[in-house]
Amino acid sequence: MIGLAHYLMLAGVLFAIAVAGVFINRKNVIVLLMCIELMLLAVNFNFVAFSRFLGNLDGQVFVFFILTVAAAEAAIGLAILVVLFRQRRSINVEELDTMKG
Amino acid sequence: MRAPDMLLSWLIWLPIAAGALVLLLGERRIAFGRWMALAASLATLALCVPLWYAFDVTTPALQFPEREPWIGALNAWYHLGVDGISMPLIVLTAFTTPLVIVAAWTTIENRPAQYFAAFLVMEGLMIGVFSAGDALLFYVFWEAMLIPMFLIIGIWGGARRVYATIKFFLYTFLGSVLMLVALIWLYLEGGSYAIADMQHMPIGMTAQVLIFLAFFAAFAVKVPMWPVHTWLPDAHVEAPTGGSVILAAIMLKMGGYGFLRFSLPVTPDASRELDWLLITLSLIAIAYIGLVALAQRDMKKLIAYSSIAHMGFVTLGAFVAYDIYQTTGSVSGAAMGLDGAMVQMISHGLVSGALFLCVGVLYDRLHTREITAYGGVVNTMPVFAFFAVLFAMANVGLPGTSGFVGEFLVIVASFKANFWYAFVAALMLILGAAYTLWLVKRVIWGDVGNDGVASLKDLNAREFIVLAVLAFAVLLIGVWPAPLLDVMRPTIELLVQQLMISKL
Amino acid sequence: MAFADICLVIVLAPLIAAVVSGFGGRLIGRTAAHLLCIAGVTVSFAGSGWVLQQMLNGAPVFNEGVYTWGISDGLHMEVGFLIDKLSALMMTVVTFVSLAVHVYTIGYMRDDPGYQRFFAYISLFTFAMLMLVMSNNFLQLFFGWEAVGLVSYLLIGFWYKRPTAIFANLKAFVVNRIGDFGFIVGIAVIVAYMGSLDYAEVFARIPQAIGHDLYLTPGEPSKVITVICVALFLGAMGKSAQVPLHVWLPDSMEGPTPISALIHAATMVTAGIYMVARMSPLFQMSPDALHFIIVIGATTALFMGLLGLVNNDIKRVIAYSTLSQLGYMTVALGAGAYGAGMFHLMTHAFFKALLFLAAGSVIIAMHHEQDMRRMGGLRRYMPVTYWTALIGSLALIGFPGLSGFFSKDIIIEAVRLSDTEGSGYAYWCVLLGVFVTALYSFRLVFMTFHGRERMDEHTREHLHESPWVVTLPLVALAIPSIAIGWLTVGPVLFGDFFAGSIAQAPDGPIAQLGREFHGPGAFVLHALRSPALWLALGGIVAAWYLYLKRPELPGRIATRFASLHRLLVNKYYFDWFNENVVASGVRNFGAGLWKRGDEAAIDGFLVNGTARAIGALSLVVRRVQSGYLYHYAFAMIIGLSLLLGWLLLRS
Repeated sequence: MIGLAHYLMLAGVLFAIAVAGVFINRKNVIVLLMCIELMLLAVNFNFVAFSRFLGNLDGQVFVFFILTVAAAEAAIGLAILVVLFRQRRSINVEELDTMKG
Repeated sequence: MRAPDMLLSWLIWLPIAAGALVLLLGERRIAFGRWMALAASLATLALCVPLWYAFDVTTPALQFPEREPWIGALNAWYHLGVDGISMPLIVLTAFTTPLVIVAAWTTIENRPAQYFAAFLVMEGLMIGVFSAGDALLFYVFWEAMLIPMFLIIGIWGGARRVYATIKFFLYTFLGSVLMLVALIWLYLEGGSYAIADMQHMPIGMTAQVLIFLAFFAAFAVKVPMWPVHTWLPDAHVEAPTGGSVILAAIMLKMGGYGFLRFSLPVTPDASRELDWLLITLSLIAIAYIGLVALAQRDMKKLIAYSSIAHMGFVTLGAFVAYDIYQTTGSVSGAAMGLDGAMVQMISHGLVSGALFLCVGVLYDRLHTREITAYGGVVNTMPVFAFFAVLFAMANVGLPGTSGFVGEFLVIVASFKANFWYAFVAALMLILGAAYTLWLVKRVIWGDVGNDGVASLKDLNAREFIVLAVLAFAVLLIGVWPAPLLDVMRPTIELLVQQLMISKL
Repeated sequence: MAFADICLVIVLAPLIAAVVSGFGGRLIGRTAAHLLCIAGVTVSFAGSGWVLQQMLNGAPVFNEGVYTWGISDGLHMEVGFLIDKLSALMMTVVTFVSLAVHVYTIGYMRDDPGYQRFFAYISLFTFAMLMLVMSNNFLQLFFGWEAVGLVSYLLIGFWYKRPTAIFANLKAFVVNRIGDFGFIVGIAVIVAYMGSLDYAEVFARIPQAIGHDLYLTPGEPSKVITVICVALFLGAMGKSAQVPLHVWLPDSMEGPTPISALIHAATMVTAGIYMVARMSPLFQMSPDALHFIIVIGATTALFMGLLGLVNNDIKRVIAYSTLSQLGYMTVALGAGAYGAGMFHLMTHAFFKALLFLAAGSVIIAMHHEQDMRRMGGLRRYMPVTYWTALIGSLALIGFPGLSGFFSKDIIIEAVRLSDTEGSGYAYWCVLLGVFVTALYSFRLVFMTFHGRERMDEHTREHLHESPWVVTLPLVALAIPSIAIGWLTVGPVLFGDFFAGSIAQAPDGPIAQLGREFHGPGAFVLHALRSPALWLALGGIVAAWYLYLKRPELPGRIATRFASLHRLLVNKYYFDWFNENVVASGVRNFGAGLWKRGDEAAIDGFLVNGTARAIGALSLVVRRVQSGYLYHYAFAMIIGLSLLLGWLLLRS
């Protein structure tokens, strides 16, 4: 029987992978974006699992919102990336340090 | 005379709306925008006629009241009203702005529409500060007013304008946030943002002292008092002529107004305990700054320092009341000090504004404010010289000009408190004469100093009108200050009562 | 017309003339300007004469407000007139001299481009002076006081292209301001202890103030009345140029000669004397203040006269003479003989204005040469000027029967009889002063009008008597210089003329002299036995011997007593001290406060120091901002975990 704990563990693992992706990846901004998406998915997992577990639909409604926002975010993120690439001919994270204090 | 409804709202929002409109018209339709700015500022001035004549000089109550809910959750109201302290200052504001607009008529070449709009918006905001009856509303106007001035100095200023604007902004902002903290505390304790409620609520001594110091931080910077005055010379030097005029004529008065409106009536016991601080700083301002002014080489800086010294009389007159009571055992004389402080504010508004305009006239022609770049201006600009000497004499405090009235009242009142207060204050007679007339000697008198001066053209009609109007006002108040004193009397008397009643 | 209206007309006529010719000078032209101004002053003079006439006929004292200037804290500040015999006399003197000077100016300023401006100024001056004289309260007195100072400032700097003129006018104003500083403090004391600005009320409340002490420093009480009187007298010291505030008066000679006569000899500088006389009920109550006054006055009378001996500028010699004579008046005040001071003020106004105008006439003839060493023998060319100047000088030194004789002799006698502390010192000063006065006066007359003609050829060829507009005022002033003393000494000084306006002790020096007074003739005869007359004659003889008989002698004396001579030539180093110690000291102090205080301490340390401290802190903190996204994300997650952990562990 697959219970709540399994879903939560899966979500936890997904989230951990995403975090690791953010840390380990030092090259590509797209991977970063994907990792963020993955984190959101992990959270969605939790929402859906709890929704099912508690018999409350609110969690699933929330997921729709998050999905929408995630889509929008991805779109904007990619758009920024495109502009960035046009500007700097690179999306290498190591080179993007204009925020350096 | 019956005043129109919502007179104060008109006074505040008419110039702001006109400012927005001028901004919308844009730089390309500046010829029209200019006239519109002038018309709006004159209309505002016209609204002051009913304000003055319908004003009831027998009561200290807030007049022309307006009270609408504003932020319900905070119990903050859009509450307006004027009394004898704020009304003359509103008239001064409405009187000065048209002059500034006329003075800038064609001399501002860079984005004139925005320039005029900034001044109109600022006029409305400043009138808002003086007419707010709700502390939160007061605070909003108070801070909002910084923005146009920040822009005016930052965009149309001189070479070091960025340094000056940041200094100006940080200085005044630092003081104001402390005031906000005090206001919020008062709201939390008393449950109301109404200034009148704050004036009535009992407050313990420690709290009073802290509130007093918070207010002091805000108002002392604005006045400005020694030693938090150093933003003023820089701001004045960098500001365009109109900015300097408004800064000196009205913005500095906000500090004095705040002392009279908040510090004294809200925290009377703390004021009594700490009046030595205010008096000492005022006397230092008069003597120290008078000496510093003597050493200046830049005309605007000299006048800016002179402003600080003159504003010292305002704070001295406002805070001398407690010492009078302590020395003589009666409040007789306290009202005179406050009268003097108020008249000094009005007079300084006119005189320093006029002096900055005079410097502006010269600057427009030779593009320098260095005293040494001039000399013998009277030869080429006799009409200008007449006005310059007149305003210089008003700055010196010659009887018959407005500059004398306030100084006289404050000196006489401060004597009742302590001989040495009057002694130091009266030093202004000597120092003021020395630095002002030395300036006149180096700039106005003498043989033609150089080719620049030789090429000067005398005042044009526009400049003449501006200076003539100011000269008339300066002489009128000097020869007959009675109406002004009458308008203020009931409010000042109430204030004296408030001062003397302990709130512990 | 009611009395009040006439007073208003007297005051306003010159003001209107001044305003019209000042602002519309170019429109109405020169002739209209001077006609207008002269008309204005003539109206004032006629009115003043009428008022004096009324007063002599026993009209009651007029004391009414014109309008309320302002009310503050129950203190009524009015503009109003107090007309009694004292002010009526002063008004008449002022307007008469002013009229003479107006007429004289037509000739003196004929070629000046600032013709209309000059007329506007002197009419404005007349207005201001009348406001001062006719005032019934301290506020208006102070208005007039400062307004005459303003006009004096404008007139000294009339030739604004001259560096010396604009230096002198600044100096005059600032030095006067030092006096005004005292004056306004005095007014403040009066308001504090008497609660009024009105003369009559203040005098009525003197008894209230008498008992009070004022603690200027803890534990040392000063009498309130003394503080008031000394402070007010400080104002008089500025305006009436008493040591050490006298330094502006010689320099004020940079102004055109007509105003030297009007302002810096006859009227404005005597305002201090008038003020003290007006305030005599106050001063009478303070022996300490009188002591102070008599010492200052005596010092001025003698030591400023000495300076006249070594100066070669014709106007400056007369200026030092004015200083010295003002000292005499002050001595009279200090001796409690206010009437004598006023009387000398009146006679001095006539003969000193006369001397200045005569000097001006000489200066015109000499093409604006003022150095007496380049004059001489002018009496042949300018008989009217010579005779009038001689009359003026004789009146000045107190030649028996002339106006100055009466006033000066009475002052000397009054000082002898006075019981003011310091009157012994004052007596010797004024007595020696008589000799000095005669010496420098006749030095001037001899060097200018007698002896060898030392001017250059070109000037000599063009020497001629001045036009009638110049000589007419000279003659008009010469007549009172001769006769006014003889005519008025009895009624004005020893009669009850000043009763009610001047408070003199009933057994004071004037009263004592009055008992011995048996008409001017007897007074002259009596004076023949007094030392003053012989000292004056001695002075004339000495001047004759030194400057006509043995003209090489003065130079030898100067080298013989070189250090003394240097002291006199350098005016006792007052100017040196003021410029090098006071003025530059204050300027350097101000610059020091600015550079060290404002720029270094406040701006440099506090303001920009705060900015620097924040900058230094952020230099450290900025290391955290690596700019790499994953660092930020890492920080975020660490933070998030800490936050979550804290939330979890807390419960």
